[in-house]
Amino acid sequence: MNITGKAHVYLVDNIDTDRIIPGKYTKTLDISSLAEHVLEDLDPDFSTTVRNGDLLVAGSNFGCGSSREQAPIALKAAGVSAVVAKSFARIFFRNAINIGLLVIEAPEHQIQNGASLSIDLENGLVESDGQTWAATKMPQVMMDILNAGGLVNLLKKDGGYNK
Amino acid sequence: MSQTISERIISKHANQAVSAGDIAIVDVDAVMATDATAPFAIKAFKEMGGEKVWNKEKVFLVIDHASPAPNERVANLHKLMRNFAKEQGIKLYDVGAGICHQLMVENAHVRPGDLFLGADSHTPTYGSLGSFAVGVGSTDLAGVLLTGKTWLKVPKSILINIEGEIPAGVSAKDIILFLVEKMGAEGAVYEAIELSGSAVESMTLASRMVLSNMVAEMGAKAGLVNTKGLKLDYPFEHQLVDPNANYREIFTYDISNIRPQIAQPHAPDNVLPIDKIIGKKVDAAFIGSCTNSRLEDLHIAAEILRGRKVAVRLLIAPASKAIFDTALQDGTIQTLTEAGATFITSGCGPCVGTHLGVPGDDEVVISSTNRNFQGRMGNPRAGVFLASPAVVAAAAVAGEIIDPEKL
Repeated sequence: MNITGKAHVYLVDNIDTDRIIPGKYTKTLDISSLAEHVLEDLDPDFSTTVRNGDLLVAGSNFGCGSSREQAPIALKAAGVSAVVAKSFARIFFRNAINIGLLVIEAPEHQIQNGASLSIDLENGLVESDGQTWAATKMPQVMMDILNAGGLVNLLKKDGGYNK
Repeated sequence: MSQTISERIISKHANQAVSAGDIAIVDVDAVMATDATAPFAIKAFKEMGGEKVWNKEKVFLVIDHASPAPNERVANLHKLMRNFAKEQGIKLYDVGAGICHQLMVENAHVRPGDLFLGADSHTPTYGSLGSFAVGVGSTDLAGVLLTGKTWLKVPKSILINIEGEIPAGVSAKDIILFLVEKMGAEGAVYEAIELSGSAVESMTLASRMVLSNMVAEMGAKAGLVNTKGLKLDYPFEHQLVDPNANYREIFTYDISNIRPQIAQPHAPDNVLPIDKIIGKKVDAAFIGSCTNSRLEDLHIAAEILRGRKVAVRLLIAPASKAIFDTALQDGTIQTLTEAGATFITSGCGPCVGTHLGVPGDDEVVISSTNRNFQGRMGNPRAGVFLASPAVVAAAAVAGEIIDPEKL
């Protein structure tokens, strides 16, 4: 799996789920309404400037706080194709993979805002402006979920978790 | 073989010995979802081709996050949950029953040694009674509804020994805020925390729940409290810390001289002792949430508010109807309402900003809850200070942050 797109960089640590999608908007099954408010307390312009296929880049512990799956859903619905961060909060990380949003942990990245960014998942590499950084390897079970396009597809196909 | 509590519980549920770093497929004892997470879980369960949940006795739904429904959109999500519960024959706690985490413990839906998954990030609260309880999102939960299993990475564990006699005016909330400051918001990401020591052994279950609850604010996956000294009204197998287990790190803190602690906006790890924030004006106060709204919290607030009047609006949402009823019978509610407190439905609303008690621009709220991220209470231009119920009650009377002992 390879993805290339424009990087929207917020080099901030601990971007919590309230900043990804405030709790007041989460009580809905209407995914497009989530996209409208994505990251609005961090950058009110994000939802209008992000283009389909763009990548979001952040600091460490991205997605800390609540278990709301609406956070990765809102990012995906807004057109974000992947999130690269120095590290992730664990529930957010699982939720993102489960709904088929690519998330990559690149602890040393120095990606610049607006740059073109490429992800090479098989080889665990993140590349931008001629520089390359290593990405943390994901466990096989997560790769299986991601390759199936999310946990719904995996369980629909296999009916259970394979060891 | 020495194992951490997490390794012991996960090994039992994986039917093989596992240790930190292993990926395990585990049998889940029970699950819980709320109106914030159940609708997406139900949707995902159906998309997976799910017809009947794996075990209807082991699934619990709670309407607490926006309860009672503030608008038609939420009302319809609640209706979807009620319909699903009825169709599946599963237990649903409806409007007013209480906060999910209180209800799971109060009704013994989770017990020592259990492996429990909750679609809420404060699920680690049940580590207070020695269960391996972790928060997950809606789709993970749907996977359990379908299969009764999930996959887990066995976490490394950090042992924190809390030693010493708890000083007067200091509660479990002050101790956990103190620890969140020490560990930081990323201090235990992907890891489990075990809490032990002489200060913990003397704690009630309600106080232990405060500790486990806020390990989430260190990024921890689970927060297991050594069950030594724990009293429950049913027989149980103790889940004891083994100091010879392979801990990533062991910390020991003497809390015998700590002061009440307060987290300042906008991060739960932005903590100072109260003495550094005395005199900060507040516009509103809230006693509620899965952290601090149990009977002992209401009792402490009533002790401070007895015979006094609040200077700013004080909202109180007891953790459950059972707690409200007990506090009604023992006169606590009367004391609090006479002091000017307003009671609202047991639930999460104000803490999570879904409805009720939203602060205005530039307003300052002092709250007994667990998170003060920007916008958390529904307004990104307001500031939330986190403190113990005693400090919140005293601030409500004084209109500013004050040492409750000096009120």
